[in-house]
Amino acid sequence: MDSHHLAGRAQALPPSPIRRFFDLVQAIPDAISLSIGEPDFVTPWAAREAAIFSLERGGTHYTANRGTLELRREIAAYLARRFGLQYDPETEIVVTVGGSEALDLANRALLDPGDEVVVPEPCFVAYRPLVTLAGGVPVPVTTSVKDAFQLSAAQITPHLGPKTKAILLGYPNNPTGATLGVERAREIAEVACRHDLVVLSDEIYAELTYGGEHVPLAAQPGMRERTVLLSGFSKAFAMTGWRLGYAAGPEVIIDTMNKIHSYTIMCSSTMAQRAAVEALRSCDREVADMRRQYDWRRRVVLKRLNGMGLDCFEPRGAFYAFPSIASTGLTSTEFAERLLAEEKVAVVPGNAFGQCGEGYVRCSYATSLELIEEAMRRMAAFVSRVRG
Amino acid sequence: MDQAAIEEVLHLLEQDARLTPAQIAERTGQDQAAVADLVRRLEADGTIRHYKAVINWEKLGSETVFAFIEVKVTPQRGRGFDAVAARLVKFPEVHSLYLMSGTYDLHVVVEGKSMKEIAYFVAEKLAPLESVLSTATHFVLKRYKVDGDVLEAEEESERLSVTP
Repeated sequence: MDSHHLAGRAQALPPSPIRRFFDLVQAIPDAISLSIGEPDFVTPWAAREAAIFSLERGGTHYTANRGTLELRREIAAYLARRFGLQYDPETEIVVTVGGSEALDLANRALLDPGDEVVVPEPCFVAYRPLVTLAGGVPVPVTTSVKDAFQLSAAQITPHLGPKTKAILLGYPNNPTGATLGVERAREIAEVACRHDLVVLSDEIYAELTYGGEHVPLAAQPGMRERTVLLSGFSKAFAMTGWRLGYAAGPEVIIDTMNKIHSYTIMCSSTMAQRAAVEALRSCDREVADMRRQYDWRRRVVLKRLNGMGLDCFEPRGAFYAFPSIASTGLTSTEFAERLLAEEKVAVVPGNAFGQCGEGYVRCSYATSLELIEEAMRRMAAFVSRVRG
Repeated sequence: MDQAAIEEVLHLLEQDARLTPAQIAERTGQDQAAVADLVRRLEADGTIRHYKAVINWEKLGSETVFAFIEVKVTPQRGRGFDAVAARLVKFPEVHSLYLMSGTYDLHVVVEGKSMKEIAYFVAEKLAPLESVLSTATHFVLKRYKVDGDVLEAEEESERLSVTP
C-alpha cells in the first residue's frame, strides 16, 4: 500500500507542528515542561465521584445525541449565571467530545467547498486544519502585539470577499493569553452583522480571565443569532481527559451540527456527562481556587520574563505567556531547541501557532510555582548566555 | 490594601508559610514593602497566630496515639461550660477541645505516646473533675486527613510533556 490510496486533502494537511517538538522533549525525561496545554490540577473530586457513582449504578448506555437533557439544562443555567447568555437547552445546545469536536462540527455544518473563514493568528493549532477538512479555505489574519493580539474590524475588512462565510476566533487566546475587550468585540460584531457572517467563538478559556470579566461574543448587539459559542469542560474544570465540550447557538446551526454528530459520534461519553453535571452544580469553589493559583503563576512568569529582558505582553487569560524572543537573535525553533538541550526547559516555538508567531515562544504556566520558578531561572541563564 | 488583596496574601501564607514578602509581592502584584508591612500588622494583631510546619511523625516511626473523648459535664451556674473548658485546655495532653451540640457536651482530642498514657490521663485527670458526669473514649486507629492535609499522597497524574 502506498500513498496514492490516500485522499489528497488528508495528505495535503500539514502534520501537527507540535509533533516533532514533542518527540524532542520526550527524549529528555527530566526536562521541566512549560509546553503543556492542559491544567496540572486533577478534576475536582465531586465530579470524579459522580462519574464513579454513575458507573456503579450501571450508567453505561448511550445518551440522547445532543447529550442528556440534565446536562444541557445545567449548561444553559451556567451560561446564564456566568455570562448572561440565554440558550434553550432543548434546541440550542449540543454536547460534544471536547471543544475540538464542537469546532469541527461547526465548520462542517457551515462550510461549502471554497467558503472562506477568517482566522486571526497566532491561534490554536487545529483551527486552520479543521476549516480545510470541512472543505473551507482559511484566511489567516495577523494580530500583533501592538494591538494586544486582539482582532479589529480594520484587520478583518480587507480580507472579506463574496466567499467569506465566517470568522473563527478564540479569546482568551491560546497561545498569546490575549483577551477580547468590549470595544473590539463590538467592532467584530458590527462587521459580522454588516457582511452577514457567522462567528465561531471558541471561549473554552473563558473561566480563566484575570483582573476583568470575560466578554462573550454572543452578548454583543445582533450577535446571538449569528454566533456559535464553542466551549467545554477541559480548562475551567480541569477535565481534559474526559473529552467533553459543547456548542451553543442558533437552533438551525445546532440542529445541523447535531445531525453530523449523530452519525459520526452518536453521543459523548455517558459517565463524563454525569461528571460534568456535578462539575457545574458544585465545583464553583474549586474553579475559583484554580483561577487564583493560575493568576499567581501568571504574575510570576510575566515578571521573570520581563526581568530577563524578553518583551512579554501581559496575558489576561488562559494559562500562557507569549514572550518575544527576537532580541536574542534566535528563531523560535532555535530558541526552543537550544533551551531544551542546554537548560532542559521545554517551551513551544511560536511559529507552531501561525507564521506570525515566529519570534515568540509559548510558555504555559499550568505547572507548579516551584517548577515555574526553577524554569525561569534556567531560562534567564540561557538568555543571558545567548546574548553574551 | 483592600480586603480582597489582604485575603490573597493570607491564602498564600496559609499554603506556604515560608514565602518571603518578595515572593508574595511577585505572586499578587503588590508592592514588596507594603506586603512586609501588612504581614507585620497581621502578626501583631493576632490574625496570623504563628507559623508552624505540618509534620507526618509517622515517617519517623514515632508512636503517637490519639483519642477522641466524649465528655458529659454539669454546666456551672453563671459560667456554663467555660469553667471546665478553661481547666482542660491547660493540660498539654489536650490537643483540641470543642463544645458540641447533641448527646454530649465536650469533645476532647487527646494526644499521648501510648494507650496507657491516655488511659491514665482519662482516669486520673479528666474523669475525676467535679463537673464531669461521664466519659467515652475512642482511640484513633489511622489518620488519613488532618487539618486539610491528606497524609498519604495520591499517585502523580501523568501528563504528556507537550500538548497544543
